[in-house]
Amino acid sequence: MRYEARVEITHLPGIADPQGATVERSLPALGYDNVSQVRVGKSIRLVIDAPDADAAGAQIDEMCHRLLANPVIEAYAIEVTELAATQ
Amino acid sequence: MSARVGIVVFPGTNCELDVAWAVERLGGAPETLWHADAELHGADAVVVPGGFAHGDYLRTGAIARFSPVMDAVARFAAAGGPVVGICNGFQVLTEAGLLPGALQKNAGLSFLCETVECRVETTRSALTALADPGRVLRLPINHFEGNYVCDETTRRRLRDDDRIVLRYVRNPNGSLDDIAGICSEQRNVVGLMPHPERAAEPLLGSTDGAVLLRSLLATASEGAAVA
Repeated sequence: MRYEARVEITHLPGIADPQGATVERSLPALGYDNVSQVRVGKSIRLVIDAPDADAAGAQIDEMCHRLLANPVIEAYAIEVTELAATQ
Repeated sequence: MSARVGIVVFPGTNCELDVAWAVERLGGAPETLWHADAELHGADAVVVPGGFAHGDYLRTGAIARFSPVMDAVARFAAAGGPVVGICNGFQVLTEAGLLPGALQKNAGLSFLCETVECRVETTRSALTALADPGRVLRLPINHFEGNYVCDETTRRRLRDDDRIVLRYVRNPNGSLDDIAGICSEQRNVVGLMPHPERAAEPLLGSTDGAVLLRSLLATASEGAAVA
């Protein structure tokens, strides 16, 4: 089966996020003074062939741990969607 | 015999010649090590220099840690060999798990290129063995991601075990506990954001980095004598 996956990488709670903090400080200058808790992360999309969605998720989890994210400072969330079979 | 210093070169490394020049000037024998070669060619010490290894893609140091040479560096470090990561090299060593913690974007999101004061916090490391404890060194920094972070347990261990090697006198980047450099449990692996090789000659405005590189050469020679 073929799946599309989206990995969202964010800072671990408690780890300072200088990009988020800077964006948060910039928004009031444009008049948006009701915004808080801004966090800037990154998003990775990929396509993976695996026997089923669980297997795909497990492999992506391993890939996150070993390369895609740095578990010392980053948390990640994985979303797997089945792709329609190609003709 | 002069200590042989292997200087790791990844695609995107750009401080290898500065390190080689400073090492040679201080009496060492520099040799560059290509990242795809899983061999240290008999080096007595290893320097992972600054730059933008693999373009800093994904995260600084994230791709570099998988280069074949890093397996050899890890084995050398485990055997007690002196390894120093400067700037991007520090980032590579944390990604490789040879040093704890991580380096993230500077507080304020400024790229910093200036000379800063750093205090020698311990002389029990491969990089500070010959330095005077408490001495303030003027060293150049040149980085966007030098903001050291780690969890509270690691921070306590670094403090309790006297593994914070250099601290900024005035914190330029938001680094936890003013950390500019740390060492491993065995004290042979050191990572620091400032560039000692750029402060090893009066023409460059400071010679304060020389004592750090001399310490590395002395540690390397001891190791070579033992081996």
